Amino acid sequence: MSIDESTARKVAHLARIRVEEDELPALASEFNTILGFIEQLQEVDVDGVEPMVSVTPMRLKRREDVVTDGSQAAKVLSNAPDAREGFFAVPKVVE
Amino acid sequence: MSDLTKLKIAEARDALRKGDVTSLELTEACLGAIDAADALGAFVHKTPEIATERARAADDRIKSGDAPDLCGIPLGIKDLFCTEAVPSQAASKILTDFRPEYESTVSAKLRDAGAVMLGKLNMDEFAMGSSNETSTYGNAVNPWKVDDRSLTPGGSSGGSASAVAADLCLGATGTDTGGSIRQPAAFTGITGLKPTYGRCSRWGIIAFASSLDQAGPMAKDVRDTAILLSAMCGHDEKDSTSADLPVPDFEAALTGDIKGKTIGIPREYRMEGMPEEIEALWAEGRKMLEDAGAKVVDISLPHTKYALPTYYVIAPAEASSNLARYDGVRFGRRAKLDQGDGIVEMYEKTRAEGFGAEVKRRVMVGTYVLSAGFYDAYYNRARKVRTLIKRDFDEAFDQGVDAILTPTTPSAAFGLGEMTEADPVQMYLNDVFTVTVNLAGLPGISVPAGTDKQGLPLGLQLIGRPWEEADLLNTAYALEQAAGFVSKPTKWW
Repeated sequence: MSIDESTARKVAHLARIRVEEDELPALASEFNTILGFIEQLQEVDVDGVEPMVSVTPMRLKRREDVVTDGSQAAKVLSNAPDAREGFFAVPKVVE
Repeated sequence: MSDLTKLKIAEARDALRKGDVTSLELTEACLGAIDAADALGAFVHKTPEIATERARAADDRIKSGDAPDLCGIPLGIKDLFCTEAVPSQAASKILTDFRPEYESTVSAKLRDAGAVMLGKLNMDEFAMGSSNETSTYGNAVNPWKVDDRSLTPGGSSGGSASAVAADLCLGATGTDTGGSIRQPAAFTGITGLKPTYGRCSRWGIIAFASSLDQAGPMAKDVRDTAILLSAMCGHDEKDSTSADLPVPDFEAALTGDIKGKTIGIPREYRMEGMPEEIEALWAEGRKMLEDAGAKVVDISLPHTKYALPTYYVIAPAEASSNLARYDGVRFGRRAKLDQGDGIVEMYEKTRAEGFGAEVKRRVMVGTYVLSAGFYDAYYNRARKVRTLIKRDFDEAFDQGVDAILTPTTPSAAFGLGEMTEADPVQMYLNDVFTVTVNLAGLPGISVPAGTDKQGLPLGLQLIGRPWEEADLLNTAYALEQAAGFVSKPTKWW
């Protein structure tokens, strides 16, 4: 499996990381090095093996489906780069 | 008392109780040492006011006669832990100015036990790295030196390792996703333990790869490691993967008696091209445990060679999901936008500016292995191989093995900048002996056991059965006593 520049461009966009056009060849080459390393996994016989879900055989805890937290809008917004009138502010998303 | 910062936690605890020293004196000595050690790049946010206030409170509590072991002990906290109102940036530019409104469970437990936070410690960005060279704060530097080169303290908990080895604090917190506590501990001649997955709450620790991340102690010896661990772990309902199990008194388990224990030596850890001195140290470790009365047996962990490639699918996959939250909306830094930029440009510019090269690389690799068409070939296959890696360990333990002895790292500390030209996979090889332990969710500890030809410290790793940190610490204690490693770096900073 070899990654070309157009795949690298697509992956960068899926990850929402801007990569300039002139950086794409180097990025694709790094991907190929890492994926080449990962490729060894194809030689392992995994027939009938369950993919690991949890490393410790424990059942996740359950709790009552009730509100246990909230009413902390000021604290929630305190680290926002742009907060206005009790909301997170972002560039216009709807025309 | 002279050289207060050189005290171990157990010694300081006893001195505090006898009234030979106060927490304020200890804390001021550490703050002085920290201010004189900027060249190490270990402490990246100093919190002298918090430290002084907590030290005074600890002195009152000790006088009242009801103080836990860590009361009044000055510690450093890795920057990955959210600490209330104190910058917590995971060494990333994208979290510039982030001051959490809450305290991580582990650092809150330490605070409630009376421990004194001296400040936040350097690390690789989002804990992704093995040399502390990916930090937005700049490199942390190893206090050990053999020539004019500056050496790496290892990573990702490089600041923690450097600070403990240089006696800037009595102990520190670290986190370990693929070796990030044990490798830096080995590179700096200190002790570091990664607990069983689920022992320490992950709540409030900035997430890297959630199925692998664990917090753990880094300290000057095995006893201090045990004392710190007891205070850090325990069930937390805010982390659904935290284990609802009693926490033993780990220090009480340190008898040094390992007669009748069975220690496994995995043949697959004998890597081609491994330096002779690592091989020799491993053989010595085997001999030390035998002399202490343990039975040493050769074992096989056949899927070892697939651990690193498995890790480099699973960890980036989880990271790409965890790091999706850094979008310039809720916290951290937003890129400056141009006229007409919409929300997608905001995301893409913010993440391009805010993440460093290694973090971007891993987020994108993770995105790729999870993308449609590749999910089965990479991600699901890696999860199956992970099952096999864990099964190897289960089988060894089923055969009666109590602990497994391996080298911690394939080399001693290397020079900062020496790996810059190498491809990323070369750096990943640092974790070849430690990463299996995270994939299998087991406890592992690195104990300083000797030096290489140049005089740099080397560590041996012991891997234990799940939840049996007490037994593991005792075996480590026996190894520590036999190895008798007491060297310290010569002060140059």
